Amino acid sequence: MNEELRQTLKNWGWKLAAPLVFIGAVVLAVPTLFRKHGFRKREVLYYLDLCGVRSVPIVVLICVLMGAVLGIQAALQLRKVGTEIFVVDLVGFAVLKEFGPLMVAMIAIGRAGSAFAAEIGTMKVNEEISALRTMGIRPEAYLVLPKLIAMLISMPLLATIGDVAGVAGGMMVGVTYVGLPLEVYWERTINSLGPVTFLLGVLKCAIFAVLVSLCGCYCGFSAEGDAQGVGRGATRAVVSGIFFVVVADAVLTVLYSFVGY
Amino acid sequence: MGRHDNTPEIQVTGLSIGYGTRVLMEDLNFEVKRGEIFFIMGGSGCGKSTLLKHLIGLYEPLRGDITLRGRSIVNATEEQRLEIMRTFGVTYQGGALFGSLTVAENVAMPLEEYTDLKRAEIAAVVEAKLGLVGLKGFGDFMPGELSGGMCKRAGLARALALDPTLLFFDEPSAGLDPVSSAELDRLILDLRDRLGATVVVISHELDSVMSIADRIIMLDKTRRGIIAAGDPRELRDGCDDPGVRRFLNRDGMKK
Repeated sequence: MNEELRQTLKNWGWKLAAPLVFIGAVVLAVPTLFRKHGFRKREVLYYLDLCGVRSVPIVVLICVLMGAVLGIQAALQLRKVGTEIFVVDLVGFAVLKEFGPLMVAMIAIGRAGSAFAAEIGTMKVNEEISALRTMGIRPEAYLVLPKLIAMLISMPLLATIGDVAGVAGGMMVGVTYVGLPLEVYWERTINSLGPVTFLLGVLKCAIFAVLVSLCGCYCGFSAEGDAQGVGRGATRAVVSGIFFVVVADAVLTVLYSFVGY
Repeated sequence: MGRHDNTPEIQVTGLSIGYGTRVLMEDLNFEVKRGEIFFIMGGSGCGKSTLLKHLIGLYEPLRGDITLRGRSIVNATEEQRLEIMRTFGVTYQGGALFGSLTVAENVAMPLEEYTDLKRAEIAAVVEAKLGLVGLKGFGDFMPGELSGGMCKRAGLARALALDPTLLFFDEPSAGLDPVSSAELDRLILDLRDRLGATVVVISHELDSVMSIADRIIMLDKTRRGIIAAGDPRELRDGCDDPGVRRFLNRDGMKK
């Protein structure tokens, strides 16, 4: 094998292995949370505010609209067979199982994933990552864990808010456009959606939180050393974030279907 | 200084560095003794900064070994490497301050991480270190509010926080005015004389080299190695290599 081919293969091998090495480093950094100053409360609160609190209005808006749109589409079809009452079930299940977690994940990719990549990429360009390492601090522990923890707390909460907003959107359509009485809509929602449906959706969102954070941070760490490199890193964080979230959603939906949900 | 065993502070043997197939330097061998002010020089793009990043353990060499106080940083495990890294201070070209922390918090970071000092004691050390680099009273500023030179000096204060006896400087005087640059030289001398610190500097600044360097090595891009080593004043006047003499005499304009 000639030298060039060997080097190309080696480069490709490294490209494939690097994300795994990164994930390994993050996992190995988890025990540092329990050391002195290991849990960086201030940073976690900062990211909770940035990725959680500040995302609430947009999550509510998008999920209300999504619930309403689903309601209208469902009503149009179900009206043909005179089963408009099932609008309630369709909206409820679609929002809790799919659209709530998925919309929250998409918003998080746009807000948090790209911000993580840009922040870490800029730190890399400014040699701040090198400075952390030569201070004997693991950048994965210092930079990734606070973001990951904040996302793991905020995204399930946002999904819960999104679920409520989505169902409310569907209810608006159900009451005004379809003509179902509010009490009927509410009762059917309560009866058809169980806590397990809700919890499985929230669990999905927690898994998306891990994917979005890791994609964002990894794309920041692998950004090349200039302003354009940081821009490309942020773009990659968004595109790869969407890709992995959708793939994970597909896998989880199939897995959930095996247990009957 | 003060310590009398003969292990060199830094020992580099058979070191080859580069990126992938692109070899920058081959078979480098040199050592830095305790208490020495050691400059690494060479034309732009010859790999000085890359060599520094190998010395401080950020990059893996292609071949060869680097030992700091007898401990190899190349063959160390990740945990050992982080431990070795804590024993020296590094200042980066742009200061590399953490933008989300104030200047004081930046300097306090290593103290919070590795000492049991109380909050008030940390604040006192931070103030003292900032005073040392001429930034007294700037503790509450954010790095973005400081000039380039001030960021650099704040970076130095952070590197000095744990009183390391081995210091690395990446282009410390680039972008500084002549007076600040001379002050920085004095500070480096003072650190060596007072703390017995060993200092490794990457620099083009001939004035600094001639006034404070004990020994230098010159790197060359085309020959991929060290083309001269020794006392810079002797090299300037009597090096066999005319290229080295030209470099140290600034372009050979002085006859």
